[in-house]
Amino acid sequence: MSTIIEIKDLTKVYADGFEALKGINLEIRRGEIFALLGPNGAGKTTLIGIICGIINATGGKVTVNGLDVQRDYLKTRSVIGYVPQELTTETFESVLDTVSYSRGLFGKKPDLAYLEKVLRALSLWDRKDNTIMTLSGGMKRRVLIAKALSHQPDILFLDEPTAGVDVELRKEMWQVVRDLRDSGVTVILTTHYIEEAEEMADRVGVINHGQLVLVEDKRDLMLKLGSKQLTLELHKSIKRIPKTLQRDGLALAENGAKLVYTYDTQGNRTGITALLNDLNKEGMKFRDLSTSQTSLEEIFVKLVEDRK
Amino acid sequence: MNLRAVKAIYMFEMMRTWRTLSQSIMAPVISTILYFIVFGAAIGSRIQEVDGISYGSFIVPGLIMLSVLTQSIANASFGIYFPRFIGTIYEILSAPITYYEIVLGFVGAAATKSIILGLIILATAGLFVPLEIAHPVWMMLFLVLTSVTFSMLGFIIGIWADNFEKLQVVPLLVVTPLAFLGGSFYSVSMLPPAWQTVTMFNPIVYLISGFRWSFFEVADVSVEISLAMIALFLGLCLGIIWWIFKTGYRLRS
Repeated sequence: MSTIIEIKDLTKVYADGFEALKGINLEIRRGEIFALLGPNGAGKTTLIGIICGIINATGGKVTVNGLDVQRDYLKTRSVIGYVPQELTTETFESVLDTVSYSRGLFGKKPDLAYLEKVLRALSLWDRKDNTIMTLSGGMKRRVLIAKALSHQPDILFLDEPTAGVDVELRKEMWQVVRDLRDSGVTVILTTHYIEEAEEMADRVGVINHGQLVLVEDKRDLMLKLGSKQLTLELHKSIKRIPKTLQRDGLALAENGAKLVYTYDTQGNRTGITALLNDLNKEGMKFRDLSTSQTSLEEIFVKLVEDRK
Repeated sequence: MNLRAVKAIYMFEMMRTWRTLSQSIMAPVISTILYFIVFGAAIGSRIQEVDGISYGSFIVPGLIMLSVLTQSIANASFGIYFPRFIGTIYEILSAPITYYEIVLGFVGAAATKSIILGLIILATAGLFVPLEIAHPVWMMLFLVLTSVTFSMLGFIIGIWADNFEKLQVVPLLVVTPLAFLGGSFYSVSMLPPAWQTVTMFNPIVYLISGFRWSFFEVADVSVEISLAMIALFLGLCLGIIWWIFKTGYRLRS
């Protein structure tokens, strides 16, 4: 996949001396969904703001399609759609008017058929003549997305797209984002809902204190950092683990009703076969077994904790 | 040039005017009518002619200017301040538009409103007092230049202001007093000599004088100086706006 956005040594120091970004290097690939994870104040919004032209960088360089976002801002901005975190919508305008306005701002000629498609996809078409202030928070969020999509961008930035959005709507939004990706749009979203990144992203970047802690393919990341747990539900509870079974990673749980074995999925030998053989030798029977994997959330918390 | 963006901003601002028609157009027209009743009819009947013109007619250009100045500032400053206040400015900042296109959209709309307002007041005045315009082209030129210049000033104020109070400070505490003292209701020649000199430091004198000249061919200062002063002020506003966008002052952190 080719690179669509390239960020080199990007720094940002605000007027009050706060160092929001400390030398960010990142490449975004064309057509992917990239999730930027990080706690509040990590620098996510600043990073996006610089790429979109809302915030001036202090140092470093950002290119979009090979063009500098400062020197060639007219070209780079025309391919970017940006959905801010706050619900900053117009108040007295109708939904259709505000979306048409956004399209005009980006220099695209009026295209009602396209806007209808966007509004329908976001379940807003029925509300097209409503003034924005009469809409609910979730609806306003959709209006912001519709505005960002109104000029058919190649890249869409979603800053905390599902903050304060109920579960049902969140799932709908995820579907909208997936459809966008399928239509060839590159999507970069920031979130502190790990579930969101886990659900949607192709790649994940973790940012903390203005530094990119890691950038990984989501699956690789989960494999790499993820350990798995095998839980065996025993037929009869035991008081302690027999000597022949004792090994690293094996522990008793639920008053001896369960054996939990933690193993590394990346290891050459997971030790599962040996464990099961030994259980057989001991004549221990089990009722059920299950495996579970470390979630991205646990990985994330671990990463952020480690770097503190 | 992103003409569609200019048009989008322009139409967006003009729609705001239609939505708030009573506030944007009716209010200034009614207050001007009140001026006519109080100054023109009640007081004017006791004042002799000024420079050979009946007092009622004499104050028309000054009254138009008074409204045009204050409304240009009010419209343009609110137009850019409100998106900053509610946060929707992000969209303009992230759009592929140059700063002069942004200014053209906002200032163009504010100036258009002022020009329409000026002409409505002029027509309204025509119902009360006899009016003749000696130089209609010059009249329009002064009207347009003043509207554009003060809309730019309003734009600057709208960017400088970080609360609603600051938005009101300049129009209420600076521009309105200067307009009142700038010969809206009198000829500068009616003042004692010392005050005539002081008055010459008031830039609005030159605007009203030039505008009045285009009606009656009577002026406190020569029409060329009036024009030069507007041009100077226009240049100054353009310079400040250029600096604002170059540095991102109060727009981009």
